Amino acid sequence: MLYREAGDFKTSYVADSQTFPIKFDRFGYYAILAIAFLGIPLVINDYWANSIVVPFLIYTIAALGLNILIGYCGQLSLGTGAFMAVGAYGSYKLMTAFPELNIIFVIIAAGVITAGVGVLFGLPSLRIKGFYLAVATLAAQFFLIWLFTRQAWFYNYSPTGMISAPTREVFGFPVTGPRASAVSMYMICLCFLVASAWLARNLTRGTLGRQWMAIRDMDIAAEIIGVNPLMAKLTAFAVSSFLIGISGALLFTVYLGAAEAGEAFGIDKSFLVLFMVIIGGLGSIFGAFAGAAFLIVGPVMLKLLLVNTLGWPTDLAAHLEIMIIGALILVFLIVEPHGIAALWRTIKEKLRLWPFPY
Amino acid sequence: MLDTQSDEGYITADGRKIGGVAMEMRNITLRFGGVVAIKDISFDIRWGEIRAIIGPNGAGKSSMLNVISGFYHPQEGEVIYKGYKRPKMKPYQVARQGIARTFQNIALFEGMSVLDNIMTGRMHHMKANMLQQALWWGRASREEDENREQVEKIIDFLEIQHIRKTPVARLPYGLKKRVELARALAAEPSILLLDEPMAGMNVEEKEDMCRFILDVNDEFGTTTVLIEHDMGVVMDLSDRVVVMDYGKKIGDGTPDEVRGNEDVIRAYLGVSHD
Ligand SMILES: Nc1ncnc2c1ncn2[C@@H]1O[C@H](COP(=O)(O)OP(=O)(O)OP(=O)(O)O)[C@@H](O)[C@H]1O
Ligand SMILES: [Mg+2]
Repeated sequence: MLYREAGDFKTSYVADSQTFPIKFDRFGYYAILAIAFLGIPLVINDYWANSIVVPFLIYTIAALGLNILIGYCGQLSLGTGAFMAVGAYGSYKLMTAFPELNIIFVIIAAGVITAGVGVLFGLPSLRIKGFYLAVATLAAQFFLIWLFTRQAWFYNYSPTGMISAPTREVFGFPVTGPRASAVSMYMICLCFLVASAWLARNLTRGTLGRQWMAIRDMDIAAEIIGVNPLMAKLTAFAVSSFLIGISGALLFTVYLGAAEAGEAFGIDKSFLVLFMVIIGGLGSIFGAFAGAAFLIVGPVMLKLLLVNTLGWPTDLAAHLEIMIIGALILVFLIVEPHGIAALWRTIKEKLRLWPFPY
Repeated sequence: MLDTQSDEGYITADGRKIGGVAMEMRNITLRFGGVVAIKDISFDIRWGEIRAIIGPNGAGKSSMLNVISGFYHPQEGEVIYKGYKRPKMKPYQVARQGIARTFQNIALFEGMSVLDNIMTGRMHHMKANMLQQALWWGRASREEDENREQVEKIIDFLEIQHIRKTPVARLPYGLKKRVELARALAAEPSILLLDEPMAGMNVEEKEDMCRFILDVNDEFGTTTVLIEHDMGVVMDLSDRVVVMDYGKKIGDGTPDEVRGNEDVIRAYLGVSHD
């Protein structure tokens, strides 16, 4: 079967505007979903879940969220780490205040809380743009982390200053706390990721998404043809923060189990997610996946290669790993500034015409 | 000539019906610091007509369009729209009242496809809330299809089917101007503002654009305000012309009338300045 649109005629605009217009892509997408839901749970173990798969799923949600803000709406933010912390501390407060509340709802509610906080800190975007906005979100980053480390109410006055996630179950399987198995951790994160990607895709392909992109591409013209900038920017902040909040809540409850704001959600996390978005491709849902994969899977693979295969000492490998990943980011940005998603598109376009390029 | 037109409108020589006053600009004065871009100008726009604004560079034509779109707020004067004085409002609120436009320097959304650009023009016809859109459910998906159908009609009308999916950034200048017209038309505006839609085009592209503007006006009765430098085009297309120079109105009437106007001739022959 060749990779072609031909013979794959669209008889309606509905079919034409679907997510995967090419049959082959659609098929591949279903295959990946099947593997993710049915295949991987059979083989996943603690090592793979903890070192690669679960963090990849969680950070992809954050990258999806940040991509909506930066890639689709053009609003630069360096507050991702803090917004993840809002999700984490939100879920912690909810879990401890309402022990009966199902963890699924806890995480969604933590996302909603983060959306609210995101809108609040998004208000400056109505007056300032670009780097100035980035600096304002940086202020949000430091303020929120300060709040979570200094105001004891947020960590329920625990003497260590840490928050830790009690055990919670979904359908009788513990998904948080020490008894959670690799499979259940994986499944809950996967479900949240698939739902998040679907949500992000729907929002970006409709009228709201077009208004975001209009603001991104030319804000004054957008306003003159009818986009309400206030509405567009604040909804982008809300949706973006919602997803980032969910990601933070999952990171804390499912993955880390215990956390301290300054350490787990510092400015380095803001940059990590920002790099994912840039390397993956701004304004692309696929890019969020690709960027998260690159920055989560890449280092682990390198470590496996250097330490396990080549037998290098761990600390040396760790330093080299940072240098290699850094160099790769640079090379990547020079070769393809529009990210992995753009590279992938180019390959597909070539493939579509192959073997006759004209 | 103007006195003989009744308030209810009139029929043009080529048989089109021109209605009553759609919008009236009353004593508009617009200043930027010390620069007076518009000096006490009044004129009206009637339903269904093609109203041209002409004048030398820097005369204040684009500024006038920006006043109509609510992007500039004049220091003095008022805008009467559909019989009511328009309060000070934001540009997007003006757009929502049925005023769409194109720009002198193309202002398309470069990162989006032609189709998405034109679909953006239809945003006021799409009312699904955020939750419905997020779930692609009910109104959201239905609206998308209905509006896509409308957009396809405009795409056919302007003969840009072949570039539907092309990213706007890849288009040549002439086609960009056409896509911008499509985006404005997609709004189904009551008043369409065109700021030099033919500037920088070759003869063939100009002819196409002229035809489109006339066809739009003919078929949908769209009231059009047109800024254009090419006098031939203005004389062919417009029902009435406002002539501006140095922020002042120096002529107003049918193309034949303004052509005979002394001040206009002077402004264009460059007697007062070049
Ligand atoms: N935002 C602004 N700030 C300051 N001055 C402005 C601004 N916009 C327009 N002007 C000034 O107002 C005057 C009228 O400009 P405008 O763009 O309306 O002219 P125009 O008739 O459209 O000219 P052109 O044919 O060159 O497009 C000019 O002197 C211009 O410098
Ligand atoms: Mg102008």
